[in-house]
Amino acid sequence: MTYLHNIGSYFLMTIEMFRKPTKWSVMKQLILKDIDDLIIGSLGIAAFISFFVGGVITIQTALNIDNPLIPDYLVGYATRQSIILEFAPTFMSIIMAGKVGSFITSSIGTMRVTEQIDALEVMGINSLNYLIFPKFAALLLYPFVISIAMFLGILGGLAACVYGGFTTFESYVYGLQDDFIVFHVVYAFIKTLVFAFILATIPSFHGYYMKGGALEVGKASTTSFVWTSVVIIVINYFLTQMLLS
Amino acid sequence: MIVVDNLHKSFGDTKVLKGISTNFEKGKTNLIIGQSGSGKTVFLKCLLGLFNYQEGSIAYDGKVLAKLSESEKRDIRAEIGMVFQGSALFDSMTIEENVMFPLRMFTKQSKSEMRDRVDVVLNRVNLPNAHNKMPSEASGGMQKRVAIARAIVNNPKYLFCDEPNSGLDPKTSIVIDNLIQEITDEYQITTVINSHDMNSVMEIGEKIIFLKNGLKAWEGSNETIFKTENEAVTDFVYSSNLFKKVRKMYIEENE
Repeated sequence: MTYLHNIGSYFLMTIEMFRKPTKWSVMKQLILKDIDDLIIGSLGIAAFISFFVGGVITIQTALNIDNPLIPDYLVGYATRQSIILEFAPTFMSIIMAGKVGSFITSSIGTMRVTEQIDALEVMGINSLNYLIFPKFAALLLYPFVISIAMFLGILGGLAACVYGGFTTFESYVYGLQDDFIVFHVVYAFIKTLVFAFILATIPSFHGYYMKGGALEVGKASTTSFVWTSVVIIVINYFLTQMLLS
Repeated sequence: MIVVDNLHKSFGDTKVLKGISTNFEKGKTNLIIGQSGSGKTVFLKCLLGLFNYQEGSIAYDGKVLAKLSESEKRDIRAEIGMVFQGSALFDSMTIEENVMFPLRMFTKQSKSEMRDRVDVVLNRVNLPNAHNKMPSEASGGMQKRVAIARAIVNNPKYLFCDEPNSGLDPKTSIVIDNLIQEITDEYQITTVINSHDMNSVMEIGEKIIFLKNGLKAWEGSNETIFKTENEAVTDFVYSSNLFKKVRKMYIEENE
């Protein structure tokens, strides 16, 4: 029953988030601040993880393709497919659920605990629009982070492949270009946009409706990470089923 | 003036407010007092529209809250200033930005006009040089004064304060009390203060409402509270020996 209540509250929150908009001059600044916090602030970790995971994917693939009948360029092909289809959009989103999601839940949760949300409400401001809409708007740039993750993942794979001596530069690049389907990139960005909405709203929900004190802010951050990850994994399954099968 | 008529509020089966009727007059500091759990905060949150109530009515200068449209309620809320127990300053903003916030949200003033108004109210609360500080760099008393400045910056008609003296030393409490009373008088605001600070009761309680178990047990002023024989009030207000002596001296002096 509690789950149903929470799901209902979540959908009502997402509707309310678009109503009674905050003055544009104020909203513009909030969006820019959230772009800085959520997007620009995530580039470093996203770049670092993508580069090294791209390298690991390549090494693992190369080590497992030891049959002389399988061509070398498949290392580049497999790396490209793994990174574009799953690693960059889905697993990077789960990492971001930890980084961005915890930040959103704890910052909104702290505002709840310290009555800052009540202060907004008393002033007649739609606190859902004021607090959550800028995060949603900022995360519309999330595909930009994922594009960088894709590029650096493939670059990390190239570095690992060439400097590790698994295959040649030409062979890796040939594999990257082989049988390239543009829709796979479109599919990845559709997923990314859906995950961006989830990343903005589920952590906000857990922060906004939390009750208690500092300890509960910590608990809400953990719960928000778990639920954001679960929803991303489940939605990923259904989107893949709908768009690729 | 705010008129409250037969207000009932329950959470599930628990009845918190059981039919409160009173009014809060313009230009006066109205105090709501009572023990912890008596329903003070719930009453205040109902007045502010943060809680919906099951029965009764609240009217702001004749406008019944329950009958107003959302935009009319928003108009009333724009006329309300609120000082929260923990100050509730936005910790990502400087003190100047905190005070300027209601002006940015609800007025079309230019930045220089807003800055001038912020200077006026920060001077009014004796914080002329605090503009660029973050709330975390300010003491508890300073934070309360900034919260008062933010509450009055947009010339509100109604000022609500939830435990404005909690966590403050006695001297700072008196400063805050005097500031609230002066501002109420100066701007002719309807001020409602939720408190269990007995100094505030004695100093600034032009009208006092005593709540007990969700009911209004007594109503009077800081003068009549010395004379009342209401057992619930005397048990609560004169629970300390100091206040018992003060009351005795007051009665002896006035006999």
